[in-house]
Amino acid sequence: MTHAARPLIVLLLTVLTLLSALPAAANPALRAVIADNLDQIERPSRTTVGPLIDQIAATGPEGTALLAAWADRSLGLTDDRRLLIVDGDVMTDAATGAPVSGADPDMLRPNSGVRGLIESALVASQISDPDAAMRAQALDSIARAGTADHLKALRNAPPDPDPALQARRDRLQTLLTIQHDPDPASRIAAIQALSGDVGLDFRAALNPLLVTRRIAATDQPGDANIARELTPGGDLLSRDAAYDLLKAQDLAQPRLTPAAQRDSLAAHIADGKVGGVPVATLGDPAARDRAYDALEAAGTVTPAATESEAQAAIDAHRYFEVYAEPDSDVTDAARAAQRNAQLRLSAMKGIDLGLDALSLASIYFLAAIGLAITFGVMRVINMAHGEFIMMGAYTGYVTQTLIADRTLSLIVALPLAFAVTFAAGVVLYRLVIRHLAHRPLETLLATFGVSIALQQIAKNVFGTQARPLTSPAWLEGAITVNDVISISTIRVAIFVLALLFLGLFLFIMKRTRLGLEVRAVTQNPGMAASMGINPDRIAMMTFGLGSGIAGIAGVAIGLFAKVTSELGQDYIVQSFMTVVVGGVGNIWGTLAGAGLIGVLSKVIESFNPSNTLAAQTFMILFIVIFIQFRPRGIIPQRGRAAEA
Amino acid sequence: MQRKPFILQNPSTLIVLAGLAVFTVAVTALSQAYGTGALPTSMVKVLGKTLCLALAAVAMDLVWGYLGILSLGQMAFFALGGYMIGQWLMYARTEAIVAASMANNAIPPTPLELQEGVANQIFGVVGSADLPLVWSFAHSLPLQMLLVLAVPGLLALVFGWLAFRSRVNGVYLSILTQAMTLALALWLFQNDSGFRGNNGLSGLQNIPGLDTVSQARLSVWFLWASAVALGLGYLLAAWVVSGKFGSVIRAIRDDETRVRFLGYPVEGFKLVVFTLAAMITAIAGALYYPQAGIINPAELAPIASIYLAVWVAIGGRGRLYGAVIGAVVVSLLSSWFTGGRAPDLSLPFYTIKWVDWWLVALGLSFVLVTLFAPRGIAGLFDWLGRAVSPRRQGRDLGPDHGALQEQEAKA
Amino acid sequence: MSSLLEVDGVSVSFDGFRAINNLSFNIGDAELRAVIGPNGAGKTTFMDIVTGKTRPDEGRVLWGEPPRSLLKMNEAQIARAGIGRKFQRPTVFEDQSVADNLTMALKNNRSPFAVLGWRPSSSSDERVQELAAEVGLADQTGRKAGELSHGQKQWLEIGMLLAQEPRLLLVDEPAAGMTLAEREQTTTLLRRLAETRAVVVVEHDMDFVRRLDCKVTVLHQGSVLAEGSLDHVTRNPDVIEVYLGR
Repeated sequence: MTHAARPLIVLLLTVLTLLSALPAAANPALRAVIADNLDQIERPSRTTVGPLIDQIAATGPEGTALLAAWADRSLGLTDDRRLLIVDGDVMTDAATGAPVSGADPDMLRPNSGVRGLIESALVASQISDPDAAMRAQALDSIARAGTADHLKALRNAPPDPDPALQARRDRLQTLLTIQHDPDPASRIAAIQALSGDVGLDFRAALNPLLVTRRIAATDQPGDANIARELTPGGDLLSRDAAYDLLKAQDLAQPRLTPAAQRDSLAAHIADGKVGGVPVATLGDPAARDRAYDALEAAGTVTPAATESEAQAAIDAHRYFEVYAEPDSDVTDAARAAQRNAQLRLSAMKGIDLGLDALSLASIYFLAAIGLAITFGVMRVINMAHGEFIMMGAYTGYVTQTLIADRTLSLIVALPLAFAVTFAAGVVLYRLVIRHLAHRPLETLLATFGVSIALQQIAKNVFGTQARPLTSPAWLEGAITVNDVISISTIRVAIFVLALLFLGLFLFIMKRTRLGLEVRAVTQNPGMAASMGINPDRIAMMTFGLGSGIAGIAGVAIGLFAKVTSELGQDYIVQSFMTVVVGGVGNIWGTLAGAGLIGVLSKVIESFNPSNTLAAQTFMILFIVIFIQFRPRGIIPQRGRAAEA
Repeated sequence: MQRKPFILQNPSTLIVLAGLAVFTVAVTALSQAYGTGALPTSMVKVLGKTLCLALAAVAMDLVWGYLGILSLGQMAFFALGGYMIGQWLMYARTEAIVAASMANNAIPPTPLELQEGVANQIFGVVGSADLPLVWSFAHSLPLQMLLVLAVPGLLALVFGWLAFRSRVNGVYLSILTQAMTLALALWLFQNDSGFRGNNGLSGLQNIPGLDTVSQARLSVWFLWASAVALGLGYLLAAWVVSGKFGSVIRAIRDDETRVRFLGYPVEGFKLVVFTLAAMITAIAGALYYPQAGIINPAELAPIASIYLAVWVAIGGRGRLYGAVIGAVVVSLLSSWFTGGRAPDLSLPFYTIKWVDWWLVALGLSFVLVTLFAPRGIAGLFDWLGRAVSPRRQGRDLGPDHGALQEQEAKA
Repeated sequence: MSSLLEVDGVSVSFDGFRAINNLSFNIGDAELRAVIGPNGAGKTTFMDIVTGKTRPDEGRVLWGEPPRSLLKMNEAQIARAGIGRKFQRPTVFEDQSVADNLTMALKNNRSPFAVLGWRPSSSSDERVQELAAEVGLADQTGRKAGELSHGQKQWLEIGMLLAQEPRLLLVDEPAAGMTLAEREQTTTLLRRLAETRAVVVVEHDMDFVRRLDCKVTVLHQGSVLAEGSLDHVTRNPDVIEVYLGR
């Protein structure tokens, strides 16, 4: 049973159950047909069974039920020549619809050819079924595995009263026309009707038309539908591949590979010599050739194509890619349609890439914003920032173990993570950073020491294996626009979170007293201090704020990444890059940096999706180069203060 | 002003060299191959590796302590040195093995067959059988030795030129060097970069052509080589930082802008020191990995370079002997604690297993050193030698804290 | 008068604020010039432009015979071309000795490899001693620069400038923070220096400028307001209006 057929059978079983719910009613027409053709039902032949199937189908629902059971191999024949439909333990008489018990029928096993005929007939009858759901299911099954018979059935079926179903049916009919219509003109018309469509079904319908195979020939084959001629040694056909093609078509002898040469030489060693050449000298390829030539001359080995013969043979032939489809008008139309589809497809992939990049950018933004705040205000790089992200993620995990309800635990975890990392940030500031004012490099190293310690503590407490942080059900799944464009809900949520934080940050900086004081301290700490602002307290608050946001970023990241003690490490370098590229001391810079890095990562990745390592390498190289042109980032700090 | 010979001007150099000589002789005398056998061969290897790390720390001190660039990319050069020598070690050894196995064939192998056999042996693990282009010189020891210097030197030169030219400095530059290391590590992690991906190069402890020499002897030979390299590297570094060149680079560290207005091409000086340090580090790496036996991209993790900075900071930066002391003390302590040999610390409520908690202790002690003893262990010597100068009104002026910054700090 | 430095129509703005506005300025060999102006007049920016720290948005800066544009050169190249600058705050290398500071400033090949190969000679030692004596630090050469008093640091910096043997000296508020006696000494020194090279002094202090007794250029809002002897400019109504009158 093919994969594609299985859903069809499930469908038929459903039909069966529906039918068995009906009151059992005798169907004399069916009974007559069965009685006349029992032998053929028992041993059907693909070539002759067609009319019989049509006859049975014409008898009504009971006939359909019988056909479904037959195709599903759940039709049995009892010793007293009654046909039974077997559904698990329940058996019914196919002709009368009456329940039967205690029988032990032999199951009928029609071959796949017969089953195919039966299924087509079934589908054809279902297309015109009065039940809309039934018709939709019939269309589904045709879409999965359509045949020329289906096409005929579709064409002959009466119009569907439901416009949506009719539209689906029209599309299906067009697709089947492309694949199965014998008339090239109508196929071309069908292809052109759908040209530019990006649906997977249309692309799948085009592919078989454009299948090619390679042939080698001395001259252009007149009758074949040639896709193009290939030059041996070009990008598409290497000379070795060309020779393989010749060998495959028996146009050339196998070439003498070094291994084959060595083996046949080894087989003919006599008195420490092969063909008169001492074995000891056979480390030299020229000596091997001499020995082989001698053997060939003596007739002890079969001649094989030498290198020059092989090259001559390659040059003596022409190479073509030939369509399996003989009609060139059809392939031309298909190719044009495919090109059209690919064009639109790449545009949509671009949009999808943009969405991916946007979500990546929001993650970087969330991870980097805390870093940017502390660096912008205090010129301090906090190497432990990554570990604050990790702490946030673990806070989320611990909350989840305490509160079973996922949504509730997430709602609790976000502020809790903020509180925990805010506190950690304040402690780090009071104990370490405050004492290292104006020594940025030493701060970097000291916070690195903290980072090592925190990472190891996390490892000691939570172990090295990854801890899951499961998102609530409403965050799972994806928003799908079409076959190409889709984005997972969780990433949308992170994007919203990033926007929220951008708004919150702007609000704090522009509208609150704290923001005013922070800006004052950033611009001129001495002056701010003389205005009664305590720069130390402001620095502590900003540091706490930055750390707290890292904690929330940690919860967000933990929702889609594994929570390990190394979680922070994975994001810290990207966060630094975001800050460096964006320019310090400006939230818009961080935003621009995150956007640039997010987009670039995705674009580079899309060139070679299997190799994310290479993508990251190129990303970093790009940043090093970028710094050459904008040493102060995309949005630099301006004015004379920045020059110092 | 009367001038004394170089060595007398720098008595610490003499002391370090003498100490190194005594150490080498002592280890030799205690080794299994040449002495009483009190030191197991594995310990000799650890000590030999420690000398290489000390050399890398000296180079780090040049860049950080004297020039003021906190380079978090030194391990990139260290590992590159190891990879370059590892290429020859692995190729030559595999070639010997393949040649030996092919000698049993009826027909002697052609050079091409030999090379294919070697490539298959080395790269089978990453699913490839071709010798990558970067292995073109792997058959030749002199060429690979040249590459030990040339590749890291060139990388430092290009990276330094780009970074210094755009006047990136301070924490920005540190992050950029870290990014460079990360990029290199990620590149090496790829299977198709030609360095066997995360398998790295292995079997490096077996030196081709020296199959008959026991590891006990080899380990002592490598210890000698490492000691000589450290001695020469130390001398070179001491010579560079003495005299006017040293004066200029310390001036760059303290106030780059002012040096520019004196007419010195600051970028050129930085480039020379950065490249020189990269090459010294590469030599240290080339001696380290044959003793370690294996090298893989994990060695380039940003954390490794930061450890180097930690050693120099704990030892005392801006003093070459501080770097040596820091590297030796901290790396030996590290291997003692993480090797599971340190006794567990039993507290009434918890037992501290050092294997788990050593990193925590190291991290925190590092914070403490930065906070309370910015001069590190070497500061102790200064204090003992009554060389605490100059008086700076109670304000320490480290490399990040130059003349101009003191003024601004007051402003 | 042949001019050593010619600044012509230079403008520069920071964030829309025009710090220098179409400024033109000339100074010849062996001339002493004082530049005065209220805060924000563009004095420091003017020096930044000449020494290559700030690039002007427009205009040209020509130097020497034959005239070369300074705009294509970086700070170090300009310094090597013969323009020395003394900062307002004394910037000496505090971690190094007075002798080291002076040695570093001596006019020698500045390229890294030349410096690496450079070793002190008796003539260089003599020159250092001579310079130290000239700025009154003869018996301090072995001390670390960080241990010197504020005034001594100023002098050391001047000594380092002399060691560079510049053809043009830009001096930013040399008298700031000096005692009266030190000011006296400084005036004498500057006047003596101006006998053999061009010296531009940026100063706030009118008394000090009067003592220098030289041509004065008054800057206001980034351009030259008046030029001439101190008496001449102090009588200029515009100058009185913007600077002296308040």
